[in-house]
Amino acid sequence: MKILLNSLLYHKKAHILFFLTYVLVTSAGLYFAETSVLSFLLMLFSIFILYFLKLKDKVKWIIGIGILGGLLPLAASHGAAYQSYMEVAVFVGIYVAMALGLNIVVGFAGLLDLGFVAFFAVGAYTYGIFATAQASHFIPFGKFPLSGESFWVFLFIGCFVAALFGVLLGIPVLRVKGDYLAIVTLGFGEIIRIVFNNLDKPVNITNGAMGISSITPPKIFGISLIYPNQFYYIVLVIVLSVIFIVRNLEQSKIGRAWKAVRENEIAAQAMGIPLVKTKLTAFAIGASFSGMMGVVFAAKQTFVDPTSFTLLESTNILVMVLLGGIGSIPGVILGAAIVTILNLQVLTELTNWLNGLSTSGIFSIPDALSPVKMQRFIFGALLILFALFRSKGLLPAKNRKYDAEKLTAGEVSNNRIVVVANEKMESLNGGQEA
Amino acid sequence: MLAQVLQTLPQVLIDGLSLGAVYAVIAIGYTMVYGILELINFAHGEIFMTGAFIGTAILLTFTGFGLLSFMPAILVLVIVLLVTSILTGLLGMGIERIAYRPLRNAPKLITLITAIGVSFLLQDIVRFITELKQGNYIVTAPEIFSGQMKVKVSSILPGIHDASFKITFLIVIAVAFFMMFGLNLFVNRTKYGMAIRAVAQDRETAALMSINVNKVISITFFVGSALGGATGVLFTMQYGTIDPYIGFILGIKAFTAAVLGGIGNIRGAMAGGMIIGMLEMFAAANLSGLTGGIFGAEYKDVFAFIILIVVLIFKPEGLFGKAIVEKV
Repeated sequence: MKILLNSLLYHKKAHILFFLTYVLVTSAGLYFAETSVLSFLLMLFSIFILYFLKLKDKVKWIIGIGILGGLLPLAASHGAAYQSYMEVAVFVGIYVAMALGLNIVVGFAGLLDLGFVAFFAVGAYTYGIFATAQASHFIPFGKFPLSGESFWVFLFIGCFVAALFGVLLGIPVLRVKGDYLAIVTLGFGEIIRIVFNNLDKPVNITNGAMGISSITPPKIFGISLIYPNQFYYIVLVIVLSVIFIVRNLEQSKIGRAWKAVRENEIAAQAMGIPLVKTKLTAFAIGASFSGMMGVVFAAKQTFVDPTSFTLLESTNILVMVLLGGIGSIPGVILGAAIVTILNLQVLTELTNWLNGLSTSGIFSIPDALSPVKMQRFIFGALLILFALFRSKGLLPAKNRKYDAEKLTAGEVSNNRIVVVANEKMESLNGGQEA
Repeated sequence: MLAQVLQTLPQVLIDGLSLGAVYAVIAIGYTMVYGILELINFAHGEIFMTGAFIGTAILLTFTGFGLLSFMPAILVLVIVLLVTSILTGLLGMGIERIAYRPLRNAPKLITLITAIGVSFLLQDIVRFITELKQGNYIVTAPEIFSGQMKVKVSSILPGIHDASFKITFLIVIAVAFFMMFGLNLFVNRTKYGMAIRAVAQDRETAALMSINVNKVISITFFVGSALGGATGVLFTMQYGTIDPYIGFILGIKAFTAAVLGGIGNIRGAMAGGMIIGMLEMFAAANLSGLTGGIFGAEYKDVFAFIILIVVLIFKPEGLFGKAIVEKV
C-alpha cells in the first residue's frame, strides 16, 4: 500500500493519469448533470490541481488554457444552467483581474488601498457614459451612443483613465503612509462614489442615483455580444494577458523596486529607488486593470449605478488578496475565485436551499440569517481568521530563489573562482609588500 | 447671499455643536487607542453603533415594562448610559484581546485588516440581532426627553432667523462635556491615567517600571469604547433613528476630527470634533446657496474627506499635535 502511495506521489505519469481522469470525470459530470454547482466547482478545481503538478510551466499553461477555453464551456454548454455558469465564470475573471491589480498595490508595493473599487467605477462609467445617449448631455458634437465596436477601444481608454485616476490619487497620498494611507484611499473611494451619485446636476453626466441603463453591448464582426458565454472569452483573454503582464512585472526591475519599497522605504531610497515614481506606477498599473474590468462590467451588465461601487466591494477585493496570499500571484487568483464563487454561487444556492426547507416546513430559518445577507459577517470572519492564523494566505508568496552553485556552474567552476580570487589577493598583497 | 448665510447661522451653530460633540467624543476613542498602540482602531465606529443599539434596546425594554412613564427621565438616562458604556467597554476589551493582542508585533497592515474585519463582523451581528427581534434593522428609539426650545435671536439682532433645538441638544452637550472632562481628569490625575501615559510614551520602559502593559492597554480600550458606546446613546437621543451602518461614516468623520486635532492628543480631538461638526452643518446648510446650486448638501460628506486629505498632506501632525521626526 505504502509503495503504491509513494509511487503515486512521486511518479510523474501517475500524476498525469490521475489528473486526466479527474478532468474527464468532472467534465463528464458537468456534461450530464443538468444543474449541478458541485460538478462545476470540481471542474474549476482541476486548475488548482494543475498548479501543483510537476510539469513544465509551458505545458501547464497549455493544459490550463485548454481546459478553461475549450473543455469547460463545452462541458457546461449541455445543461440548462450554461449561461449561469458562464456568468459566474465571467465574474470570477473580472475579480481575478481586479485582485491582481490590487495585489500590485497592496502585495507588491505595500500600500494599503481601501478605495480600490473607485477605479473599477471609473472604468465602468467611462464606457457607460459614451456607450449610451448620456454623453450627448454634455458633449455638443458627435453622435452618441457610440457603436458596439468602440468597446475594444474603450478597453484601453478605460485602462488609461483609471490609471490617470490612480496617479491623481497617488500624488497627494504619497506623503502619507500606513494606516493614514488606508483611510485616505477609503475617503477617495467614498468621494468618487458620492460624486458619481450626484453628478446629475448642474450637468447630467452620470445620471445620478438612477444609474446609466441600456449600455450598448460590444460588437465584433457585426455580432453583438450579449450572452455571458461570449463575454467569457473576452474576460479569459484579458485575464490571461493580465496574468502574463503581472508575472513579468514581478520579476522586472520595477517589481523588485516595489518589493524593496514595501520592505523598507528608507533603505530602498538609499539604494537609489525613486520612491515617487515607484509608488505612482504601482497605483497606476493596479488601477488600470481595474478600469479595464470596469469597462467589461459595464458592457456586460448594460447598467451601471453607484451602488455597485461601495466600500463592501473594495473590501471584497481586499479579502480576495488576503485570502489567497498577499503578494502571491497564484494565491490571489485562487482567492478571487473562491470569494467570487462563494458570493455568487454558494451563498445564493445555500439561501435557496434554506428557503426551500423553510417553505416546505421541515426547518425554519429566520430571514435575517439568510446566507446572502451574512456577506459582511463572512468577510469579517475571514479577514480576522486569516490575519490571525494564516496571515500569509492560502498560497503564500515565494520570492524567487537563486541557487548560487547553479549560477556559477554554467560559467566557471567554484575552484576556478577560488583560484582567481587567490591570485587577486596575492597580487594585491605582493603589490603592498613591494 | 451673505445675508442668507447669516440668517441661518444660529441654527447651523446649534446643530453643528451637537454633531461636533458626538464627533469629539468618538474622536477621543480613536486618539486614546492611537496614542497608546499607534493603531487606528477601525472598529471604533462600530462600537459607537453597537452602543446606540444597546441603548435603544434598553430603552425599548423599559417602555415594554412601562417604566419609562413614571421614572424620572434623568434617571433613565443615567441607567442607560452606565449600562451601555460598561457593555461596550467590555466589548472593546474583548476585541482588543481577540483581534489585536495576538498581532501586536505583526506588520501594521495585518492589524488594520483585522480591524476592518471586526467592524464588518459587528455590523452584521447587530443587523442580524435587530432584524431577528424587530423584523427591520432600522430602529427608532423611544424619546425620553421631549420638548423644543427657541432661541429668540431675531429680537436682539433683527434679520437673523430664530433657532430652535430639542431639549436633548442640551443634554448631549452637557453629557459630552462631562465625559470629556472626566476623561481628562482620569488621564491626568489618576494612577491608571499615569500608567496609560507611560505606556503611550514607551511600552518597553513602562514594562520595566513594573507596569502591566497588557492590563493598561485593556483599560485604555475599555475607557475608549465605553465613551464610544455612551456617545452612541447620545446620538440616538438626538437623532432618533439608527441603523447598523451608521458607525462607519461617523467613525471616518470622527477619525478626521482626531487627525485634524492632532492624533494622540485628547484636547485636539475635542477641538477637531467641534470644527468638523460645525463645518459639516455649515456645508449642509449653505453649500447649495454658496455655489449657486451646483453643489448641494449631498456633498457635505465629501467635505470631511477633503479636510482629511488636506490635513494629512500639509499638516500631518494636526492643529494641536507635535511633529514627529522619524528616526532611521
